Amino acid sequence: MNRTLPLWPVFVALILVGCAGDEKSWHGKDISGLMPELEFQLQGTNGQPVTAADSKGTIRLLYFGFTSCPDVCPTTLTDLRRSVKQLPEQYRDDVTTLFVSVDPRRDTPERLASYVNFFGERIVGLTSEEPALRKLAKRYRTTFGYDEPDASGNYNVSHSSAVYVFDRSGSARLLLRPGLSPEQISEDLAQLARESG
Amino acid sequence: MPISSYLLPYDFSPLTLLSYMLVLGFYGVALLKMPEKDRPGSGRIITFTLGVMLCYGVMQTRFDYYSQYMFFVHRGQHLILHHLGPILIALSNPLPVMRFWHQKMSRSLRYWLQPVGWIYRVLQQPFIASFLFVGLIYFWLWPPIHFDAMLSRQLYWIMNWSMLLDGLLFWWLIFDPRSPAITNALGYGKRILLLALVAIPQMILGAWIVFSRGMVYDVYEVCGRAWPMPPETDQLLGGLLTWIPPAMMSIIGILIVLRRAMHEDGKFLRRRSLAGGNA
Repeated sequence: MNRTLPLWPVFVALILVGCAGDEKSWHGKDISGLMPELEFQLQGTNGQPVTAADSKGTIRLLYFGFTSCPDVCPTTLTDLRRSVKQLPEQYRDDVTTLFVSVDPRRDTPERLASYVNFFGERIVGLTSEEPALRKLAKRYRTTFGYDEPDASGNYNVSHSSAVYVFDRSGSARLLLRPGLSPEQISEDLAQLARESG
Repeated sequence: MPISSYLLPYDFSPLTLLSYMLVLGFYGVALLKMPEKDRPGSGRIITFTLGVMLCYGVMQTRFDYYSQYMFFVHRGQHLILHHLGPILIALSNPLPVMRFWHQKMSRSLRYWLQPVGWIYRVLQQPFIASFLFVGLIYFWLWPPIHFDAMLSRQLYWIMNWSMLLDGLLFWWLIFDPRSPAITNALGYGKRILLLALVAIPQMILGAWIVFSRGMVYDVYEVCGRAWPMPPETDQLLGGLLTWIPPAMMSIIGILIVLRRAMHEDGKFLRRRSLAGGNA
């Protein structure tokens, strides 16, 4: 008993090193193991069904929004486009942004198509009937809701303000909270692209 | 939306449904089979059922959906799981039912269940019980932990179940119907002290949430709210629900314990002095 006593600090140190050694630092919130892998079946802007398999092998950025969104959605999508542009060149085509509109009443495929085209090429506009959207939102522990329409029929939509990041194999990895700069997002994406590239 | 969809679970958990069915089933069967003189009156049966159904309601109806996406509804959910539901269950005094099933157990089953008894007795040490009671509230409301718990389905279920089980343990300790004069139940003075002690940290936490300028729990912002509501309002209401009702319940608890202590005052004294005199 007495002989092993001096070894205790060494054990403790080893344990601490073991914990810290594997840790990568991210700007976003690490959600590995907290959420299920990417899976969905929604409609693309051409009316055809789109699934997670269509973008397999790339890093997927999942974002819920709506095209009439006054500020949050355009800002987020602009930031995402800028962060992808800042990636090392070989990774720029390895990131797919999935913009899921949770306002299918107003967001027709045409409207969604022109909206997402504004934010670059590697962004996919998706939507569906409300039940399928609810199912997807529930899978990622988020939701959306509608305000009462005003006199001209406009209404606000509450939705997630975070971006879910899935790696090339479709595992949920990061949650980008609002407030991250495009540089920080870019660093995270580059780190993710390197690890599974 | 049809009414039925409000009563159906948002996130169906077979284990939860089964647990509630078993609890109500065992309670009902015991009521039917136990001798007339032991059977609780209708008021107590209603109190018990109400407590159980309240907890079920916040876990397995549409209420759960709003709890996941609105901070203040979430605080209301925990108020029921950790306070109101267990208080009603403990006040209904289900002791005769537990005794009934204990007598029905075979000797080997009682032997195998012994460790449960040991754990129970450790958890019911007054210091440990009150530490757990307050500690769990602080633990699940610790912002990084709260964030993860709202993101992960497993953690979310662990959170709600741990709150309910801990609530039952704590309030059973407080409202234990056995008199401390003749059993080893906790003394009334200590019960009152515990109630006062656990109220203070809850009030501090609630006040801290209410008076926080920034967003303490941004997970509701990140994951979308059930309906568009200003985040400050949500946080303010949630903070108030953490602050005031638990403090009120501590006070009501103290009053109930005081009343029982006064009723029993002198009642068991004579017997004890008689016993002392004989010895």
